[in-house]
Amino acid sequence: MKANGDKARPICGGTDLIIQMRAGVRQPAVVVDIKKVREMRELKFSPKSGLKLGAAVSCIDVAENADMRRHYPGLTEAAHLIGSLQIQNRASVGGNLCNGSPAADTTPALIALKAKARIAGGKATRDVPVEEFVVSPGRTVLKPGELLVQLLIPAPAPHSSDAYLRFIPRNEMDIAVVGVGASVTLAGGVVKAARIGLGAVAATPLFADKASESLIGKKLDESALETAARLASEASSPIDDMRGTAEYRRHVTGVLTRRALTIAAERAHKH
Amino acid sequence: MEGTNSNGKFKVIGTRPIRHDGVDKVIGRAKYGADYAFPGMLHGKVLRSPHAHAKIKSIKTAKALKLPGVKAVVTAADLPQADDKIEQAGEMAINPRHLSMNILAHDKVLYDGHAIAAVAATSPHIAEEACKLIEVEYEVLPPVMTVDVAMKPGAAILHPTLRNREEGDKQTNVANHIQFKRGDLEAGFKAADFVIEREFNTAMVHQGYIEPHNAVGIYNADGQATIYCSTQGAFDVRSLSAQVVGVPVGKIKVVPAEIGGGFGGKTTVYLEPLSLLLSKKTGHPVKMVMTRSEVLRGSGPTSGSKIKVKMGATKDGKIVAAEVWMAYEAGAFPGSPVGAGAMCILAPYTIENLQIDAYDVVVNRPKTAAYRAPGATNAAMAGETVIDEIAERCGIDPIELRVQNGVKEGSPQVVGPPFKAIGFIETLDAIRNSDHYKSKLSGPNQGRGVATGFWFNAGMQSSATVNIHTDGTASVVTGSPDIGGSRASMAMITAEVLGIPVTDVRPLVADTDSIGHTDVTGGSRVTFATGMAVYEAAQDAARQLRERAAKVWEVKPDDVELHDGSVRLKDPASVEKGEGKPPMSMKELATKLARTGGPIIGRASVNARGVGPAFATTCVDVEVDPDTGKVQILRCTVAQDVGKAIHPSYVEGQMQGGTAQGIGWGLNEEYFYDDKGILRNTGLLDYRMPTCLDLPLIETAIVEVANPGHPLGVRGVGEVSIVPPPAALANAIYRAVGVRMSETPMSPPRLLKEILKKRATEETHSAAAD
Amino acid sequence: MSKKTLVEVNINGEEVEFLCEPRQSLLECLRDVLEMTGSKEGCLTGDCGACSVLIDGRAVCSCLMLGVEAQGKEIRTVEGLADGNTLHPLQQKFLEHASLQCGICTPGFLMSATALLERNPNPTEAEIRYALAGNLCRCTGYDKIVRAVLDAAKSMKSGVRTSRAA
Repeated sequence: MKANGDKARPICGGTDLIIQMRAGVRQPAVVVDIKKVREMRELKFSPKSGLKLGAAVSCIDVAENADMRRHYPGLTEAAHLIGSLQIQNRASVGGNLCNGSPAADTTPALIALKAKARIAGGKATRDVPVEEFVVSPGRTVLKPGELLVQLLIPAPAPHSSDAYLRFIPRNEMDIAVVGVGASVTLAGGVVKAARIGLGAVAATPLFADKASESLIGKKLDESALETAARLASEASSPIDDMRGTAEYRRHVTGVLTRRALTIAAERAHKH
Repeated sequence: MEGTNSNGKFKVIGTRPIRHDGVDKVIGRAKYGADYAFPGMLHGKVLRSPHAHAKIKSIKTAKALKLPGVKAVVTAADLPQADDKIEQAGEMAINPRHLSMNILAHDKVLYDGHAIAAVAATSPHIAEEACKLIEVEYEVLPPVMTVDVAMKPGAAILHPTLRNREEGDKQTNVANHIQFKRGDLEAGFKAADFVIEREFNTAMVHQGYIEPHNAVGIYNADGQATIYCSTQGAFDVRSLSAQVVGVPVGKIKVVPAEIGGGFGGKTTVYLEPLSLLLSKKTGHPVKMVMTRSEVLRGSGPTSGSKIKVKMGATKDGKIVAAEVWMAYEAGAFPGSPVGAGAMCILAPYTIENLQIDAYDVVVNRPKTAAYRAPGATNAAMAGETVIDEIAERCGIDPIELRVQNGVKEGSPQVVGPPFKAIGFIETLDAIRNSDHYKSKLSGPNQGRGVATGFWFNAGMQSSATVNIHTDGTASVVTGSPDIGGSRASMAMITAEVLGIPVTDVRPLVADTDSIGHTDVTGGSRVTFATGMAVYEAAQDAARQLRERAAKVWEVKPDDVELHDGSVRLKDPASVEKGEGKPPMSMKELATKLARTGGPIIGRASVNARGVGPAFATTCVDVEVDPDTGKVQILRCTVAQDVGKAIHPSYVEGQMQGGTAQGIGWGLNEEYFYDDKGILRNTGLLDYRMPTCLDLPLIETAIVEVANPGHPLGVRGVGEVSIVPPPAALANAIYRAVGVRMSETPMSPPRLLKEILKKRATEETHSAAAD
Repeated sequence: MSKKTLVEVNINGEEVEFLCEPRQSLLECLRDVLEMTGSKEGCLTGDCGACSVLIDGRAVCSCLMLGVEAQGKEIRTVEGLADGNTLHPLQQKFLEHASLQCGICTPGFLMSATALLERNPNPTEAEIRYALAGNLCRCTGYDKIVRAVLDAAKSMKSGVRTSRAA
């Protein structure tokens, strides 16, 4: 990777990169197959230290992993919603993030889980919060020669869970028009911690901080959901495009925030 | 393998044998156009316009020609002069100049994706690189993207020679105005108890076949040429390619490969003349295949449209007057299906007073091509939702209202003689009596909608031969490319007439040298017209078989019949020399052909009359998410009058396939152009066709009101099922969430907008009421 | 033009070698280099599934995989589904149910359905639809495809293998 600088690009699933190369959108002179790097292929979960998700782990391996389904059902859902089974069998969560699309499905779920991206290849290995990883559509903080190695997700606290919902016009195959990842931790009937990640409604995936903070210490009732939904909507700055209007996206952001929080809370209760 | 035979009259017709080409298709051996390869073959690619509307100032191909591996570059300069008038090319009325201009742009580019030049090189990658090296100088002109813009005074003009005879010969983008009138419109509206007036907009959509266009052109040193391609009409490819390239029709053979979907979009030519031209220039076979992006940008979608409907009815549900104004996008060259749309829009109903004004309008979009009942689906979206409103206003069940006003045998048509025997009412009854219609919806935001559709179907020319093999089996040869299982039906008809098992008949789809002229596979005409030719050819073979047996037995041919794989005397007791003449198997008779006169070939050709039109009624249940505008289809049933179902499975297949396309049209499919006229959704990610997960099982009710014009009662089945779904969905959505949609697609953002508007109005009213 | 790489794979149970440039997709290698045209090109963006093949038992879009990435893998294509002249139950059921009209999407569907039934021998209609959502069909409306897969699952459970369709 270092030898070729910005003329090299890693290839994992290839489900974005090959399309982009054909369209002339990205034209690396060299593609580097990173699927054989051990750390990038490993999925390691421990109830104490959380999840180390190798950047090259495929979406289907995430979707079928028992620990993932139990402890991070939202992220698992997100991985299982991308494209089709054919896409999921090749694509990786890491690649989904590195592609830098504001509409990536797994990114809002990662943000909701307070995930960090571990980057190697620079002067020192560094960890970047996922909500800071994508800087503009298609561009990430990765410098030439750097590689996303793993995604680090904290261990799930008691009575916490997550959910991911997206809106697409069909039932599969579409890029998210709106994507909302939500995680909540409940204690004594109120929200102890909450994070809302938004996708496809701004130039980059977003951490809806105001919406998330509005829930702390509150019961997750109608009024709290209403407020969070409104704040999430306000945090979005969507555009009009052929997948939806800005007005539409703002509205649906509110709707999905409410629904995702409700599901996350239901799941958190069960834990 | 045979299924149940619903009536005792037929042995083969009405059963469900496995199609003869089936094994090849499930093991991957069947050859589609892109599967062909020849020694020394080159690859061709097309350079396409990046502008919606521009003058071409110059084209420089020198750099492209210098690229190693490039063997030829062609532009419109390599095409012969073409006349600007309407001509017959085979069965189609075309304007040769427009056709030529669409194949390779002459002095203007008229849409994003318009072909400008073509390159032949040793690999497709090199051909693509070469296209990038062709230098074109443009003078960009304002894009004209909708009928509204095109029809405004002062609009940029696409074709300087297009004149409006109705407006003092001014330049115009309105290529044609057709009008149908009947009765007294003013009096009709006066007699109405209420009048409903609505305006609709439908977006441009594509046929969406999974297989992109392809062609391999092989031009020989002796001036003879062959084209292999996936096409719905080999004879049309021949005549159109001959026309464009300037090679005589008689010197071209077109071999239709297996075809991966057409739906009307592969009834014309795009790559075929180019591959022929490049082969002529290079002396090598040249293969060309479109990418998906080229298919969407550079082939022939169907028209978007604006339709205004005004209908008057009495309070007991009689429609007394109708006035329609419709403008369809023709694309870059004249020829939208607005005329057909005008003839279909109110065809299912007897309306005494009506006037329809239909406008064919050119815009900077690809030249439209046929798409399954071209023009009728747009029309039904408008007509069938207004009919639904009328039913609601009168408090009459929507099916009952249609029965009340519906056409039957003897009812007048918009154009032409009164209807012969038709099954429109029967399709309405089939839905009314279906389990689906009788079932209850189970939850909030659910609704049921009904709509109907009409399509004329086509007759046209077909040829067929039936050859008797030396072992008593047979082959049936036609020129109708098989896009949906039709060759099985041809074998079934042959088998029925000859009295032999369907597995003893081999159906063939032949090239343009091997069979007589046959018009396109389209217009729902294959089972009807080619089936008619096959029936007659089989009868011809049967007659000859009877004559030979009669010779052998020294009896009269009229005393002989074909039965159950044999020939036999009809009534041995009544025939002189009838004794001791047991039935002779076909196998045995076949051994006697040589000495009784030679090989037996049955032949027939038709210009089929007696076309029976098609009617369909579709019922759909939906559930709408009122917070997102997303529509889920809960249940769907389609009833269609098919006259006689030769192979019921493939008839059901046509009904289900058309329904699925209509659903996509109604819910999510559309062309997105930006304000520069550039197509934004050039792939199947954002040109959203229904996936397996978007549809339920599609229930079918086959209605059989025999078409008196066909020996077996057949009515064309392929098209009409696409016509009702968008309107049926609109009607269902109305009942689910109280919103009447007046545009397609009824995508979630559009539907949610209307839902929120309605909610806001209601809140205002209830606030005002407080 | 880049130098060609030798790729060694197992295709439909046979060890196969081929040469390809890094820029050639697996689909291109199958169709143009190995002349196995059973897998079809529909969109080149992974949106139609017509190019679906099985890699180590999983359905993938071969248009979104480079030929060189196939090194060492087990590839199964539609050409290898039948056992000599004995059709796979899915192939047989597709024929019986008239699940193909033009047939261009059929190889892709057969491969996706094969992967599904090998993992989940008793799928519900909903599970079938989800598993096949990455395969587009424009002709059939999917009805007869879904019925054929349901029927094939039944017949595979009972261990029936049929001969080439009569």
